[in-house]
Amino acid sequence: MPALTFRTLTLGYERHPAVHHLDGSVAEGELLAVVGPNGAGKSTLLKGIVGALRPLDGVIERGGVKARDIAYLPQIAEIDRSFPIAVYDMVAMGLWRRAGLFGAIAGTDRARIKAAMSAVGLAGFENRTIGTLSGGQMQRTLFARLLLQDARLILLDEPFTAIDARTAADLLALIKRWHGERRTILAVLHDLETVRAHFPTTLLLAREPVAWGPTPQVLTPDNLLRARHITEAWDDEAGVCERAA
Amino acid sequence: MLHDLLIAPFQDFEFMRRALVGTLALALGAAPVGVFLMLRRMSLTGDAMSHAILPGAAVGFLVAGLDLFAMTLGGLVAGVVVAVLAGLVARGTELKEDAALAAFYLVSLALGVVIVSLRGSNVDLFHILFGSVLALDDAAMLLLASVASLSLVTLAVIWRPLVMECVDPNFLRSVSGAGGPVHLVFLALVVMNLVGAFHALGTLLAVGLMMLPAAAARFWARDITALAAIAVLVGMVSGYAGLLVSYNTELPSGPSIILVAGGICLVSIFIGPVGGILRRLIPARHLEA
Repeated sequence: MPALTFRTLTLGYERHPAVHHLDGSVAEGELLAVVGPNGAGKSTLLKGIVGALRPLDGVIERGGVKARDIAYLPQIAEIDRSFPIAVYDMVAMGLWRRAGLFGAIAGTDRARIKAAMSAVGLAGFENRTIGTLSGGQMQRTLFARLLLQDARLILLDEPFTAIDARTAADLLALIKRWHGERRTILAVLHDLETVRAHFPTTLLLAREPVAWGPTPQVLTPDNLLRARHITEAWDDEAGVCERAA
Repeated sequence: MLHDLLIAPFQDFEFMRRALVGTLALALGAAPVGVFLMLRRMSLTGDAMSHAILPGAAVGFLVAGLDLFAMTLGGLVAGVVVAVLAGLVARGTELKEDAALAAFYLVSLALGVVIVSLRGSNVDLFHILFGSVLALDDAAMLLLASVASLSLVTLAVIWRPLVMECVDPNFLRSVSGAGGPVHLVFLALVVMNLVGAFHALGTLLAVGLMMLPAAAARFWARDITALAAIAVLVGMVSGYAGLLVSYNTELPSGPSIILVAGGICLVSIFIGPVGGILRRLIPARHLEA
């Protein structure tokens, strides 16, 4: 049974599609890279899967996984890093589903938080506020939070953007560990070398799906050229899409 | 001597005791709310909403005179209406939220003054604009205490999602639907505290005990819990010292309280250990790692 199925899925803003008529499915345990030019709808697709955006058309079937059971790494730019919160507390947010409003963070939970911080190489950073972290350390913090969420479906929005090679390698190792644990992972990426080297399957998106399948067959010069040519433009005068849903 | 200066005024006069308890309660509820307003860069929102309360309170005054219940109800309704309207205008039109709020609060202030003038004297107007912390009756005390209690309990309940909504709203949205409701509850807290503060400090100064202690606290602590605690302390000290200043110099008491809070804020900006000016002017030697 696939972890995710899209049926003529259209997502967008104010009736303008950012993801247009996407069909296909993601298998349980798949490690899928989502690539495409800026404005191709990659982040929009993740927001749709996580339920933050209602489809304009079509459906997303999550195969029994509830929207709340998905671990989601937002783009780092959308986090208020000036807010005075300790790294430890930021990581502890990953326990929300267990702890909720009032649930105590018990001794075992504290051990799990410590373990997650060690796993991403942030032991000793517990009391630092997030404003004092470098970009790489911030991304490690968010990965520690993902570890605690312990989700079957993991969505990563540009996890390696503005991250140095060593941090990227460390975080990639975590992703591979999740892949080994048969978790389903979708990652929005820009670096095609990383995709070719580590991601078995790829979805090339340029508002419309350009290609989807085994990475070597998707990332061909032909497909990449087509992706670049599909318009990014927002047409105010666009007519109503007549394609059957 | 010290006793005469610091304690006697409150020992001798009931109105001073009432004013003190009223401002302490106010600081307890309003200061933590102010900290969150500041961290969410909504300081001006608080200011605008405190003005927006005026026409509602004025309508209450028009109907029932200087009646606590009528003016409180009017203020609450007006505050909520303006908060919602500003949100809708900002979302539905090209006007940004700060511009929308500025437009609303200027109109509100003018409208409120006009409405009060329809029936009241200049004394009434003065009372409404600057409050009457030295004339708190039982009902007003009860209101201030209730607002403080309700604020603290509510903050305790929504603390986690409120912090998450501030830091990482996308993440909160991905794990819980609490973000929207928490934001609304928080706005309700703002309005409630402003309406409480309105009775003590008047519409023009109501936001003072909310924002000034928060701004001062920013220079003393990095952690959100510590920020809230320090802000409460600053608010309480301002209330106490402000009342003493006003008692000994016969200056109006509401503005005295706000001036003391402003003074503490100014001093904090200079000597606060977290990013204060003095720290920047006299940099310590850098560390090894």
